[in-house]
Amino acid sequence: MGHRTPLYQKHLDANARIVDFGGWDMPIQYQSLIEEHHAVRQHAGMFDVSHMTVVDVNGADAKAWLQYLLANDVDRLKETGKALYSAMLNADGGVVDDLIVYRRQEGYRLVVNCGTRDKDLAWMQQHAKGFQVSITYRPELAILAVHGPESIDKVCSLLAPDVAASVQALGNFKALESGTWFIARTGYTGERGLELIIPSEDAPALWDKLLTIGVRPIGLGARDTLRLEAGMNLYGHDMNESISPIAANMIQTIAWEPASRQFIGRAAVEKHRAQQEAGELPCLIGLVMEERGVLREGLRVVCTVNGQEREGVITSGTFSPTLKHSIALARIPVGSTDCHVDIRGKLIPVRIVKPNFVRFGAKVFE
Amino acid sequence: MSSFPEGLKYAATHEWVRVESDGSVTVGITDHAQELLGDIVFIELPKLGADVSAKQEISVVESVKAASDIYAPISGKIVAINDALLDSPEIVNSSPYGDGWFCRIVPSDKSELDELLDANGYAEICE
Repeated sequence: MGHRTPLYQKHLDANARIVDFGGWDMPIQYQSLIEEHHAVRQHAGMFDVSHMTVVDVNGADAKAWLQYLLANDVDRLKETGKALYSAMLNADGGVVDDLIVYRRQEGYRLVVNCGTRDKDLAWMQQHAKGFQVSITYRPELAILAVHGPESIDKVCSLLAPDVAASVQALGNFKALESGTWFIARTGYTGERGLELIIPSEDAPALWDKLLTIGVRPIGLGARDTLRLEAGMNLYGHDMNESISPIAANMIQTIAWEPASRQFIGRAAVEKHRAQQEAGELPCLIGLVMEERGVLREGLRVVCTVNGQEREGVITSGTFSPTLKHSIALARIPVGSTDCHVDIRGKLIPVRIVKPNFVRFGAKVFE
Repeated sequence: MSSFPEGLKYAATHEWVRVESDGSVTVGITDHAQELLGDIVFIELPKLGADVSAKQEISVVESVKAASDIYAPISGKIVAINDALLDSPEIVNSSPYGDGWFCRIVPSDKSELDELLDANGYAEICE
């Protein structure tokens, strides 16, 4: 038996198929992955993501420490509630993890991945020496993500009127706190929606209320197809400790200025940036295949750079339920043209696009 | 819970076989197989008219989650294929033993049928 979230029984009640996910018993799908996917694109769906790791950071040096720990700069969080996506790098410029950091009234809240929990917490402790900072893992909190065009209205219908008004007014990538509830306009689907970080004991009742007003339970299977359509990276697939954020389409999440800010991995990623400009480090792009078939992680990409045949690899691939053909993220040499993917020995032509396929229910690439 | 209809024969690789009155056999994939695969999005159909041997790959099924080879449960000639699966592969999810059939084979060696599992035998290996 793996770890279980406070919503485990609710998943069983909804006929979930449970799988092991990083040591947790999680719902991969309920009835149909594709129907769950469309429910989020067209209406509203809810994801139990309580397996993810909430870490609160406080103390006099909280800001200075995060400016050292993260490749993005928490100085960009000019007001309470603002959120920032960042990589946490090792000295070689590999990605230890990707995370969201929220500024709170006092201190900061980080949400990091599930499979990297122990490693991340050890990494944070190891690099906290000399800083006045407290790092608190919050396993007693549940996270429910509610996403889709109808999601915010539905959640707000369950909140007290004053809180609902504040949530309706919340900008993207912003959070507010109401008592013990932390409500954020963040997510992993490319749709409008909220992530609610709440005490575990509140989660089952909230789930039931959302179910009653027509919010559909969504498994990890559809979570993956949704995030891939949105062109969002998945840790351990599109990047890891040996992949530079520069080679993972994360250059925009690195705050280079001020040049005096010495974050972990800075020297390495500065070198990677120059290497990529010289064509020596690959880039992460989107692939589209309109023929029949499905692009899968690990498949070989064959392409041409300056008349020479070169290779890349698919890091995430799926059938896109919204577009009704296959899409993928792939790491390929800079300047590649004429791309093909090796599917069971056949080279199938694919198109290179920006790694962003669907936003707010609609196709976004040319 | 998967269904395992009586009266069909099953291969351990999750294909089913139904012997028709004219001696040909209809082939499809089991309810258990479609459940494991999840939503099916593409099917590469067997080749009409091909002579196939038992355990030979005859088809590929792609679901959102995975690609899976389908094997001939019996040797013979493929005399019919289910074209409807090209445009509507999801029929295999909704009706694996009915409208979601893959092909019909005229067996070259009927004794191979005895090597297949019955419903109970197949249900046991799916546990």
